This record gives sequence, C-alpha cells and structure tokens, in this order.
Amino acid sequence: MKNSKAEISAKERRREVLKNLRRFGGKLYKQMEKGEFPQIKMPSRSTENIFYSPELRQYILGNKTQRRSSRNIRHIRPFTQLVWAGYFARELTKNRKTSTLRDVYYSAQAYDMSFKDQSESNSIITDLETVTGFSREDFKVFPEERSAVFGDLTIEYTVPGYEGKQLNLMSHPDGVMIGPALTSAEFVRTKADKVIAIEKGGLFTRFVEERVHRKFNALLVLTAGQAPRATRHFIHRLNKELGLPVFIFTDGDPWGMHIAMVIISGSANAAHLRELTTPDAKWSGVWATDIVDYKLPSDPLTEVDIKRLHELEKDPRYEGELWRRETKKFLNIKKKAEQEAFSRYGLTYIVDKYLPTKLKDTN
Amino acid sequence: MVTFEEISPADFFYRNRDIAGFTNPTRAIFSCIRELVENALDASDLSNIPPEIYIRLSRENAEEVQSELGVGVYKLRVMDNGSGIPARHVPSAFGQVLFGSKYKLKQARGTFGLGGTMAILYGQITTHKPVQVRSSTGTSKTYEYKLVIDIQRNRPLILDRKIHRNKDRWRGTIVEFSLEGDYFRAMPKILEYLKQTALVTPYADIEFVDPKGRLYVFTKATTKMPPPPKETLPHPYGVDVETIQRLVRVTEYRTMLDFMQRHFHRVGGGTAVNFLEFAGFVRSADPKKLKHEDIIRLSQTMKRFKKHFGDMNIEKLEGFTKTTRSRSMLDFMKTHFQKVDKNVVLRLLLAVGFLRTKDPRKLRPDEIVRLVRMMKRFNGFLPPDASCLSPLGEELLETGILKELKPEFIAVSQRKPSTYSGHPFIVETAIAYGGNIPKKDDILIYRFANRIPLLYDEASDVSVRVVRSMKWRRYKVALDMPIAILVHVCSTKVPYKTVGKEFIADRPEVKSEILNGIREVARQLQKFLTKREYVKKKTRSLTIFSKFLPKIAKFSTELARKRELPYITKILAGILEDYGESVVWHPYKKVGTNIIINAIVQTVQATEVPIESDYSSKDYIRIYVLSNIDQQDRIVHRSIKYEVETIQDTRFERQLVYRTAICKRVIENERSRLEWKPESPDTKQTFLVTNKQS
Ligand SMILES: Nc1ncnc2c1ncn2[C@@H]1O[C@H](COP(=O)(O)OP(=O)(O)OP(=O)(O)O)[C@@H](O)[C@H]1O
Ligand SMILES: [Mg+2]
Repeated sequence: MKNSKAEISAKERRREVLKNLRRFGGKLYKQMEKGEFPQIKMPSRSTENIFYSPELRQYILGNKTQRRSSRNIRHIRPFTQLVWAGYFARELTKNRKTSTLRDVYYSAQAYDMSFKDQSESNSIITDLETVTGFSREDFKVFPEERSAVFGDLTIEYTVPGYEGKQLNLMSHPDGVMIGPALTSAEFVRTKADKVIAIEKGGLFTRFVEERVHRKFNALLVLTAGQAPRATRHFIHRLNKELGLPVFIFTDGDPWGMHIAMVIISGSANAAHLRELTTPDAKWSGVWATDIVDYKLPSDPLTEVDIKRLHELEKDPRYEGELWRRETKKFLNIKKKAEQEAFSRYGLTYIVDKYLPTKLKDTN
Repeated sequence: MVTFEEISPADFFYRNRDIAGFTNPTRAIFSCIRELVENALDASDLSNIPPEIYIRLSRENAEEVQSELGVGVYKLRVMDNGSGIPARHVPSAFGQVLFGSKYKLKQARGTFGLGGTMAILYGQITTHKPVQVRSSTGTSKTYEYKLVIDIQRNRPLILDRKIHRNKDRWRGTIVEFSLEGDYFRAMPKILEYLKQTALVTPYADIEFVDPKGRLYVFTKATTKMPPPPKETLPHPYGVDVETIQRLVRVTEYRTMLDFMQRHFHRVGGGTAVNFLEFAGFVRSADPKKLKHEDIIRLSQTMKRFKKHFGDMNIEKLEGFTKTTRSRSMLDFMKTHFQKVDKNVVLRLLLAVGFLRTKDPRKLRPDEIVRLVRMMKRFNGFLPPDASCLSPLGEELLETGILKELKPEFIAVSQRKPSTYSGHPFIVETAIAYGGNIPKKDDILIYRFANRIPLLYDEASDVSVRVVRSMKWRRYKVALDMPIAILVHVCSTKVPYKTVGKEFIADRPEVKSEILNGIREVARQLQKFLTKREYVKKKTRSLTIFSKFLPKIAKFSTELARKRELPYITKILAGILEDYGESVVWHPYKKVGTNIIINAIVQTVQATEVPIESDYSSKDYIRIYVLSNIDQQDRIVHRSIKYEVETIQDTRFERQLVYRTAICKRVIENERSRLEWKPESPDTKQTFLVTNKQS
C-alpha cells in the first residue's frame, strides 16, 4: 500500500517543496543580477478571480494574475516579507521543524522583519502558498487548533527521531492528535472500511466508549468544530489513499451543515490549494428532516441562523439535491438541534438506532 | 467757580504717562530699558560706528527685600559708544520733555523728544532720586550731571556738575537712574525685546546684566551698517498751512518759483512752473499789449527753442498778436502753437519774462490756504525719494534673522520706496522657516518700525491684520508650522497710533506695501516647501528601498542557494535615476574630468552644520549619491559650486548602497578659480559604480 497511492510520499513532497522554494529564490536572484527590481507573478486571490469548479467540486482560482514588484514603494515591504517567509519555510522544511502561524509572526521579528499584526503575517503565508502552490502545512506551518483521530489505522512516522516507528491509532482512547507528525506520517495498514467525522468532542468520546469503531468498522475523526486544514487534508488522504468512504456528523443547524460542506468541497479562502477536499464524503446528519423524523428536542432558529441559510442558498456548493432540500427544510421548520439532542432517547440510542439508519441512508 | 490753570508739557505727560507706555510697574520697567536702548542705538547710528551697548539692571537695597517677587526699586544703567551729547545740551536732553535732536525729516528711532526723558521722569516720581548722566563727544573732557526734572516748569534742575579729563577720548553716554518696577514680570518681554533688537540690529553688541547677575550677550554678526539717512525737505504732499506760514516768514527767495524749488523735496524748475500754473500762481502778459521790442525778444528767444518753433519771423508773430482773441500769453501760445509741449512754452515765457510768479513773502493768508490745497491736488510732483530713510537692506535683514533664529529657510524682500500723505516709507519683509523658530498654533510675527521692535498691542497692528487676512493654504503653509514673518516699516513719519510707539495704524498705502511684501516672500517659501516635500518624499523612498532591497537580496540568495549576494547597488542607482537630479561631479584627484551623476539634493538645516562665517545655511546642501565621491571633490548643482565636506556611507554586506555627503558652497577666490574650472562635462557617465566592487 505504501507505494501504490497516487499521492507522493512525505519525503518526496519535502523534496518538492524545497525545489520549489529554490526556484522561487532563484528567479528573484536572477532578476537582481540583471540589475532589475525583483518581481513575481502569481494568481490573483481577489474575489473576482475565485470560481467554483463543478468538475473538481471545489473552489479554484481563475486566470487572472497579480504582479508584485519591489519597484513599487507600497509593495516592497510585503514583497520582502514574502521572500522572508519563503526563507523561513525553507529553514523549517530543511531542518524538519514545525511551526505555527503565531510562531511565524514572532519569528519575523528576529530578522528585523516585523509584521504589523498576526493577520498581516497570515496573509503573507497565504501569498507564499499561492506563489508556490503548496499549502502551509507542507512548509510545516500549522494552525493552533488541533483535532484528533481514533481507530484501527497503523501509521509510520517520518518526523525526525520517529522515522520508521509505527503506531496504531487505537492505542489511546482520547484519540491521536492530527498534528504535524501525523500529517506527515505514511499510512501502513487498516482494517476499517469507513471514516466517520464528528463535529463535537463529547460525541467523539461517546463513540469511542460505545465502540463505534468496532461496531461499524470505522475510523473516527474529531473535527472539533470547523475542521482545520490539516484535518481536511488528512480526511482527503484517508479517502484517496485508503479508498475509505467518509460520513460526516454535525449539529443540525446551518453552521454544522457548513462544516460538512467545507470538508467536502473546501472553502474559497483555499481556492489556490488542492488536496484539501473530499468531494465524495457524505453529510449524514443531523439533517433538518431528522429533527422532524426523530422528534428531536430543538431550539428556534435565530435571525443570524436564518440569514446564514439564505446565504447558503445562493452558494454554488449547495446546488446538490440534499443540500437544497435540507436548507429549505431548516427555513421551513425554523428549528435546529444539536447532536446531543439524541440523549433524550437514552445514551446509546444514537449509536444503536440512528447511526446505522443514517449510514445506510447515505451510502 | 471754574478755575483755569496752565500745565507744562512735563506735567501733562506726568499726568498721562499711560500714553507713553508707563502704565504699571511691569510695563514701566520695560519701557525705561527700551527708551534708553533706543536712544543709545540712535546715537551710534549718528557716529556710524557699530554700537556697543551695556545695560545693567540691579536691585537697590537688596538686603531689605526678602522676596524677589513683586514691585521693587531698581537701578538702571545704560552705556553706549555713540555720538555723545554736547555738554550744554545734556540737561535739557534729559530734563526737559519735548526737547530733542530728532525732529528732523530723516529716519530715526526717536521722534518725539519724549522717551528717554519720560523714563527718567518715571524714575523720579517713583523713587524721588536724581538721574546721573555722563557723556562725551570724544573731546578731552567728559561731563557728568546730576539732575532732576522740575515737572511743573518742564525744566532740568542741575544738582551737580563735574568735568573729568578724558584721556582715552572715550565717546558715548552713560545714563543711570533709579525706578520702581517689577522685573520678574517684565523679564520675558525685556529679553524678547533685546533679542528682536539684536535681530534688527545685527551689527550691534548688546550686553545685559539682570538683577540676578545673569549676563545676556547678543553678539554682532557683521560690522556692516546700513547707510545713514540724509536729512530731507518736506514734500509738498505732506505739508500743512502752518508749515508754509513758517516758511514764508523765513524764506530768502523772492519768487514763488525759487520758493518751491528750494524749500520742498523733489521739486525742480519744470515741476515748479507746472504746479504754479496749475495752482494759478503765475501771472501771464497780455498779447494785445505787447510792444514791438517785446515781440523781437520773443522771436529771438524762440530761436533758442528752434527745435520746437522752427524759424519764426517777427511779422508773422506780430500778425498773431494783432488778431488773437487770447488775453493771456499762455492762452495765446496754446492756440497758435498747438503742437509745442507745454513745458517748453512755460520755459520760453519765463525766459522772456512774460510769465511772473508772486513774491512768496507777500502771500495772503487765503493764498496760503489755496496753495496748500492745490499742492495736495496736483499730481505732477515726483514722489519723495528714500535717501532720508535707512532701511536695513536685504543682506543685513538676512544676517540678523540667521543670527537670532537660525532658520532652515529664509526669504527677504525690500519694497521700492513709496509714500503716504507725502511721507516716504519703505517696507521690508522676511519670512523664515524652521530652526529655532518655535512651533505655535499660529505664525509668529515680528514687527519693526524704524528698527524698533514692537511688542505690545499686536492685535491692532496693521501687519498682524494683513497676515491674518491672507489665505495661507495657498502658499502650502499650515498655521502650526514653525514660521516667522518679519515686517519692518521705515519712514520719516511712522504712522504710529500712540506716542508709546507700539503699533502701526491701518494706512491703505502702507497696508498694501506690507501685503505685497509678505506675498513676495511667501511665494518663495511656497517654492521651498514644495521642493522640500518633494525631496523628502524622494529621500524617504530611497531610505525604504535601501532598507528592504538588501533583505530581499539576502533571503533570495539563501533560497537560491547562491554563494554570493546579487549586486543591488545597481538597482538602487535606478531609483536615483528616477528621482534624482543630475549634478556635475568633479573628482578632486583627477583634474579635468567632469562626470554627471545623479543625486538627491537636499537643503540642510542651520543646526545640522557648523556654519562658517560668511556662510549661511543656504550655502550647504546634502546629497545622496552612489558614486565614489570623496572629500574635497566638487560638484555643481544649479550652477553653484560646492565642495564635499563630510561623507557618510550606507553599506550592505560590503556593497555600497549609497553615500550621503554634506557639501559647502565654494565662495570663489583667485586661487581656487585657477585650480578648478567647471567645464561642460566631457564624460557622460551616469553612475560611476556599475561593476562589482571587490
Ligand atoms: N544716549 C544718547 N546719546 C546721544 N544723545 C542722546 C542720548 N540719549 C538722548 N539723547 C538726546 O536726547 C534727546 C532726547 O531724547 P528722548 O529720548 O527724550 O527723545 P527722542 O529720542 O528725540 O524721541 P522719542 O520720544 O521718540 O524717544 C534726543 O533727541 C537726543 O538728542
Ligand atoms: Mg528716544
């Protein structure tokens, strides 16, 4: 299985990243040698250049490019920051160190490259992703939020000090954190035949306790709210590399629905990146229909919820039949329910009754 | 019952000392210093020697007084090296109000014969002590007087008189008296007054020892003094009936023609005849009554004016006189010699004696009134000239401002002489920016009249009104910029509103000259500000580029895994090419090579460089260049030659990023002209550094 996948291995990927960064630096170097102000061209990330691609089932960037020149007095500072970010990414990758966005913001100061604020440094990292076509996780820059995975999957680490070491992801009942080490690990073997992604920590723990992984032969992924990019990439890999179908369980409200959607179709913010989406994943609940069918205890939709639903109605990602139906239904019943609402039927109801039905329904 | 009494001028001013600036102890101590200092400066203008003035103010009976605050008794001593006063005039000069030597028609600080004496009078009434004066005109003796003013009789009372030998031929005057005042309240104004006096008298040394023993020194920046004013005659526009009456009483001239020419300013023969004819003060002969000899005389005289009359024969002339209907020769000439200029006619008729003017001594009172009225109405008088005035001049004005304010920029302007009501006046204006000028919410205005700083009643002054009325934004001026405007009005008769000489009234002629003068310098300031803003922008971008480009170079080199840094000086050169101006650079060591380089050229603040004597901050520039410019190299910018004085390099990892050099204007002498001639550049090379440095 190790070498059969379509994806390049972590090692190759690292080499790719370094090569790419070198090319980036080389281009600038050559321009300067010629006595020119260095400049770069990259796809524009402005909203007019973000399109939804039905074929890829995700957002992509259009053909518009954007030129950044150090000749421009207003550009030279972000330009320098970008080159620095490239340099910093190279140092991380080369030395196999990881870092966080916050860390990037502070590290810059050591190079007399201070950023105004966190959001400025974040956007420079996004620029670097756009220029190189790699995601920041490839540069070993991780977000703060962490999510977890539990189930019968054996992985092999590639991070320094752990190379060759294997771990079964069932070895810890709280799950294993989807951090830099897991993200870059190779998949060795699994007996599971599906992935169940869960929005909330409480339910994840309940599923582990109720041995859902055994009963349903599944890997359990905790998204912890909106799934971080590392987690989305991880789910993508489980689906692509291991061929496992993915089922997503969220709260029954527009926000939960959208958590599922971002795992499936990605976000506009990441239009410049690939391999973050899992178009074949299924949103298995909680649906608006479920609220009615299962007579779930519910809360009325707030104004913000309703506004959000109207926005989603216009979203190209919500074209599908299921999505249309459920959005309409939410607006219809004007109710929402949390995953925990099933507790009214007893602690195991959701696992014993609801889950099997829904898995069957959505498969 | 109503009683009548007469009071003397001294008594009058004693009762009304407010109007002369002796309102309260604070103001009084200021006025005393001011009046004596001005007398001292006037005295040295007379002797035409740069003034040295020593002022000492000390506390009397200091032991008795515990606190230094509030009103106390002070002793004021002012010493000058001026003309001195002839011994016989000393008592009246200091002991009699309205006695003085400055009533003449020429510019001086003093005018009323009042100031110094009022100061002494004030001292006398507050301390009951006499004044001591010591003076010499440079003879073998000095005279010392102790006197008090007899206020009711306006007479000096001499208490003591001593004569000393004057071995050193010292010349000057020392005045010392006691007065009541409040120095610590008055201190800011006094110091400001001295500072502004030093500004407008840059050729004076002034020392001041205050009651605490602190010494303030204002040193002269030049020995040049403005040319002294000449005394002048009254201008016809400026006289009144009383003046004419006095003149006709004393004149020695027998005809109005001479009278006009000799007693009035800028009245020549032609103007006099024209005016007298206009005013109806000439009698013209009757052509009908001319005798044959008269006509012969006329035709002979006409030959002298051949150009105008051609050959005129007697028969023809005689024919005219027979047939003419004119009853006066003036009329006659007008009808029969239409083409001839009126001036010529007048001269001709005068020469022949067909025109006569009256004997001025026989003018009747109604004629005098008419004469004055016509003088005001006639518009053929030449304007008064300015030889009776002594403006500071643009050069001295600039010296004074540079000395006291050390501004970054300065523009001065002297307006052409002008007149109001027959009084000549000249307005001088200046504007200064930056340096020691404080940033306030408003433009600072320095007002001067006949070289006296005016410190009180600012709001009512015409200059202040003019400045307030201007639209400063048009000149790129924001009111909170460090800007000082200076207005100097000099005149034989400054239109003061009060005898305290504190502010100038709103005369339309004076006002418009002030306005135009300020506009002129304001336009220059505007040019400076615009240029400065532009250069600032340029330098800022150079700074930004030279901060970030090296970093891009460094990180790119790392990323590309190159061993050597790319050569970025070349790229920075592009910035200079875009923003810089070309200057001709002449390397000191390689004689005969001129190279054009690009540089950003900046002005230098007066505080940034040690300005050498004979130089001003305008003579220094800062340039940003990329060439290997060296000390003593010369550059030419806007056809002014500069020499490189100090250089500072901005380098990045062994690469030259750019050089900053402070250059000083070359004030050329014979020797350096031989050494170095700026020629048209023989090498056109934009940048010297185009290859890698090793
Ligand atoms: N330091 C001095 N040296 C020479 N002459 C002096 C000095 N001080 C005063 N005088 C003479 O005394 C006269 C009277 O001085 P005073 O200050 O009273 O009047 P002023 O200067 O003529 O006019 P103003 O009232 O405007 O000051 C002067 O005109 C001058 O001739
Ligand atoms: Mg005086």
